Amino acid sequence: MTFSLTKDKRGVVVVGVDGQLIVGNRQDMKQKVLDSLDGGARKFVIDFTRTGYIDSSGLGVLVSLSKKIREQGGDLRLAGLNEDLQTLFELTKLDTLFAIAKTPAEALAAF
Amino acid sequence: MPLRLDVRRSATGGESDFELALDVPSDLGYVGPAVELIADRFKSGVLSPRRVRFNLRTALAEALANAIAYGSRHDPRRLVHVRVEAGRDAVHIHVTDAGQGFDPDAVPDPTLPGRLEREDGRGLFVLRSLVDHVAFSAAGNSICLTLRAG
Repeated sequence: MTFSLTKDKRGVVVVGVDGQLIVGNRQDMKQKVLDSLDGGARKFVIDFTRTGYIDSSGLGVLVSLSKKIREQGGDLRLAGLNEDLQTLFELTKLDTLFAIAKTPAEALAAF
Repeated sequence: MPLRLDVRRSATGGESDFELALDVPSDLGYVGPAVELIADRFKSGVLSPRRVRFNLRTALAEALANAIAYGSRHDPRRLVHVRVEAGRDAVHIHVTDAGQGFDPDAVPDPTLPGRLEREDGRGLFVLRSLVDHVAFSAAGNSICLTLRAG
């Protein structure tokens, strides 16, 4: 399980989550995004296209990052959720907190 | 410490029935590997691949993380015991810690407006949403998750 960060020409950071986002690795992703935020990035897309599952700690870290990014005048968008992950966001009502796009391209276009 | 999964065929069940046992040190770093070790045993059989990929993995990760964080207080010398009973009709997953237990009914609803932006407190809610039945021991230190076949 790994996280990859890429930046497009406009400076939007796309974070790919390969595998799972859970209690054992969430701090790794959090730190990578916070480092990028400290480095001046303000627009982020988390891409879950290659993600199997997310636990409540993973959801929690997304909530925390979204708050921190908004406090810095930025924006965090989510993309690529499969049907099960989409349902998880709906059950927890976190779909009301996040802008969720079907694909990373769609999320990037919305910035 | 390497995780060691104990696999045995159920003494009373049919050919496809089996039991798994796994002791997990109370360190959150073991949650992912422990989940994969158990999920690998369900590549075919009673649960659909989709339910194994998402429901079983997520629910087991939640139960383990809760036991390690709240039951064992992150003390790696304390083991969380996982026992899985797989039968033709259902899978039962028991996760037991050596802690004092808790009252599941006292956990607030994380979807309430005032709690929605909190980082923590969703574990039990997520867990209940993903399995067919959740039961706690009287002491509150053991949880049994049931996933029906399909």
